[in-house]
Amino acid sequence: MAGLRTRKLNIVDRALGKGRQEVVSQSAFAHLFSEFVQYSQARSITASELERRLEDAGVGIGVRILELASLRDGKTRRETRMLGILQYVHTTIWKALFGKSADALEKVVENEDEFMISEQEPLVNQYISVPAHLPNLNCAAFAAGIIRGALESAGFPAAVQAHTVAADAGGSRTVFLIKFAPEVLARERSLASA
Amino acid sequence: MSGGRLLSLYINNRSGGLIYQRNLSPAAAKLRDNDQLTVASMLSSLALILQELAPTSGSRPMSSLEANGFVLCSYDVPTGLKLVMLAEPGTQGLELLLKAIHALYADYALKNPFYELDMPIKCDKFDERLTRLLHDFTR
Repeated sequence: MAGLRTRKLNIVDRALGKGRQEVVSQSAFAHLFSEFVQYSQARSITASELERRLEDAGVGIGVRILELASLRDGKTRRETRMLGILQYVHTTIWKALFGKSADALEKVVENEDEFMISEQEPLVNQYISVPAHLPNLNCAAFAAGIIRGALESAGFPAAVQAHTVAADAGGSRTVFLIKFAPEVLARERSLASA
Repeated sequence: MSGGRLLSLYINNRSGGLIYQRNLSPAAAKLRDNDQLTVASMLSSLALILQELAPTSGSRPMSSLEANGFVLCSYDVPTGLKLVMLAEPGTQGLELLLKAIHALYADYALKNPFYELDMPIKCDKFDERLTRLLHDFTR
């Protein structure tokens, strides 16, 4: 027992809800993510297959981070409206993962079931230069998977895609396009009319 | 703090192969691609020969070379990477600059999943950051 008490607490032994959240070395993350992209690339034939693998890896994280973030900020009410959950992803979840809220949350004007979260430079892409022969690849598909996982486990099934969009002032930004499933939209309508 | 213009930058991998080259001034020697490769690998060999000539053992490889037309500063990394900067005589702070370029290499090439070790560096973000760094240096 004495040995147990003197042992320094490992990060995985600590209670989740206590104190400020742990910060992970960005270098360590970048190397790990880089290895993961290489691993996935070696197992995919096309760029879209690689994106799908990255996205699938993110989904599990999204499910867990939703649980963890709601536990940490003592959230007792469940989000039932589309805008509410999107705000939550855009600020609270983004902060828990990347230390800041996402740059913008917008609605796609033409389609009422589509929303966009945009980010000038997603943390996962900070050191990644996409090669010229894969112009449509965006490794932030991983973050898109996280968004999808969080939305799905909150009861808002949606398809999420990461797109690279050329910015007006040169350079580019990443837009996460979120398209909710029809049942989410139907529920939203009945809630709005109630 | 510079005092003179930068001429050109060479980065060699551990086997003496050129993986990055950029001319930084119109005054830089204009070499064809193949000649650049040859010159760069000669530089690596020259540095090794000079190390053999050192009167004491454990000497570091060549770190600078001065001529009346230019100075050459070479920075060697324990992994075998060699960064070489050519500049006009009297340019100060070259070694610090090369260290900063090494940091960019560690970030934007090595953390990029599409970069293969020891292969030529073709990373947009590396180019971009390097341009910014050199701009700040020469200002």
